[in-house]
Amino acid sequence: MQGILPFVVRRLIWAPFVLLAVSLVTFALGRFGPGDPVEILQGQYHDPERVEAIRHEQGLDDPFFAQYGRYMWDVFHGDLGTSFTYLGVPVKDIIFDKMWVTIQYNLVALIIIFAIGIPAGIWAALRQGTWQDPLTIGGFLFFRSVPVLVTIPVLQFIFALKLGWLPSSGWVEKDILGMKIGIFDKRIIMPILALSLPGIAGVARLMRAQTLEVLDEDFVRTARAKGLREIVVITRHVARNALLPMTTIVGFALVGLLGGSLFVEALFGIPGIGQFTWEAVGNRDYDVIMAVTLITATAFIVANLVTDIAYGFIDPRVRLGAGGPRY
Amino acid sequence: MTDADLTVGEPMEEAHPRLGGTALRRLARKRLAMVCLVAIVVIYLAGLLAPWVTPYGYNEQDLDNTFAGPSLSHPLGTDRLGRDMLSRVIWASQTTVIISAAAIFTGGLVLGVGLGLLAGYVGGWLDNVIMRVADAFFALPDILLLLLITATIRPRVEDLFDRFESWPVAGGLVEAGAPDYFLVFGALALFGWVGIARLIRSQVLSLRESDYVLAARASGASVGRILARHLLPNVGNIIIVSVTFSLGAMAGTEILLSWLGIGITYPHPSFGAMIAAGSDLSSLRAHPHLLLVPAAVVALLLFAFNLLGDALNDVLSPRRG
Repeated sequence: MQGILPFVVRRLIWAPFVLLAVSLVTFALGRFGPGDPVEILQGQYHDPERVEAIRHEQGLDDPFFAQYGRYMWDVFHGDLGTSFTYLGVPVKDIIFDKMWVTIQYNLVALIIIFAIGIPAGIWAALRQGTWQDPLTIGGFLFFRSVPVLVTIPVLQFIFALKLGWLPSSGWVEKDILGMKIGIFDKRIIMPILALSLPGIAGVARLMRAQTLEVLDEDFVRTARAKGLREIVVITRHVARNALLPMTTIVGFALVGLLGGSLFVEALFGIPGIGQFTWEAVGNRDYDVIMAVTLITATAFIVANLVTDIAYGFIDPRVRLGAGGPRY
Repeated sequence: MTDADLTVGEPMEEAHPRLGGTALRRLARKRLAMVCLVAIVVIYLAGLLAPWVTPYGYNEQDLDNTFAGPSLSHPLGTDRLGRDMLSRVIWASQTTVIISAAAIFTGGLVLGVGLGLLAGYVGGWLDNVIMRVADAFFALPDILLLLLITATIRPRVEDLFDRFESWPVAGGLVEAGAPDYFLVFGALALFGWVGIARLIRSQVLSLRESDYVLAARASGASVGRILARHLLPNVGNIIIVSVTFSLGAMAGTEILLSWLGIGITYPHPSFGAMIAAGSDLSSLRAHPHLLLVPAAVVALLLFAFNLLGDALNDVLSPRRG
């Protein structure tokens, strides 16, 4: 793959600068904004002197760039700071536990998105020209259009209140092989449903477009001409070739799910990273906000890079040079 | 003339259909797209004309008639304070319409298209700077940042508006909740330009070397003229399609923000706040219409935008089947 290496190197060189800019903006927003974590923590009838003492102790009265520099220095040494809300607990001790909760059900949602989206896309492509094609795609598109904060209460209304099949919220962990797993509980069905429904449309559409493209290829005609059964043509020849480009969107699909988790966790009471972040913004828990932003931004950049590289490998027609035309 | 003469020569460049007569007619033939267009126009018009079309004021209470179901005097029922749901939904769509249109105009059309054209055509360090800034914005978790920005900058914006409160026009603006609008649309515009700029840039990169641009450059046209007269009309299709999708996306984000309580706030109605009020379990159990009314309008609006965007995409780029 000539041409791809310089591209990757260039993006890798830029990545730290992008991260630095992101961290600076977030840090500034936190520090220059109203609200003070110490005051919030000390409650309404706080003693001003005590607040000042704590601020001094925590270095919150230092100049902005001194605070920023100190924070970044610590980050480079693997220290993500300490939480104000969970007094004195290092952020990294909490954040990975919270992330584990979120990642568990996000992965399940990701699998469901692809497991439904891929066959739905193939099916829609094969039914092109009939009413079934637009109905399938349109149906999934509906769920992508509607925000989760609408879907979730409606789901709760139907399944918890009207039908009474599922509990309306909660998160129960089971101990499996020494790991805390929460996805084998019926409480998680609705959150996963709410999280995966909006994602299916994108996968189904891309799969449909890819399948349509492959269906026109000569080797598909040959396969049919030599008398293979249609199911074999579709699974062995069409699907396999149409699937390859799907790998490029896995990264973004996962990162996209993380954004939706904020609302899913708030509405279903799941103690994951989304709820944690929400709480941290409310309490001006600077270090937690910074850590979440940095981790999310890194995930975005990595997903972006992996996607571009994957495109380059899968479809060499995609030229990644700066000057060349990009389609 | 020999046969060879007929076959030699460059293949015709792919025609870019404009949203002119043919494309419009093709769009008109798509019944679903037309239904969506009508739905969007109705919601937009109702929102913009809210003061004249609403049967009640958004804050008009009828305390003898709270939590009422649909009736002749209140077609969509009333809420906790006996306020007419239909009127509130219409006022909420006004909020959504104003904010998403303003954010698209500034963020999408001015910033997005402008920066995309510049980055694609001028290239070099300018391209690098613009696209790296875009990368940074793309890498930022937008909901989290919107949360932070609106939470941290709000008091400053309010201070700014307070300074002008004694001025005749500005005073009225503050009364009408202008700082809130300004804040939300500003935050949305800040994140709204990235997608459009990237799309436009990639298109301009391929148009840059086309014959008509080269010809214009050879005849000494300035960069501004090439961008405005030659490149802009040729990316018009992309702009139309992505604006359609973005209007839906912006409306969705505005609803998210007001749901979180950082968008347009009390007493002005907004879809987000209405959905939030209707979705706690006790309210859902007893008065589901408090959730279902705003949810249905939101679903209709956003779905219509997506379907219309798809249809426009089909009409304007016919190479896909």
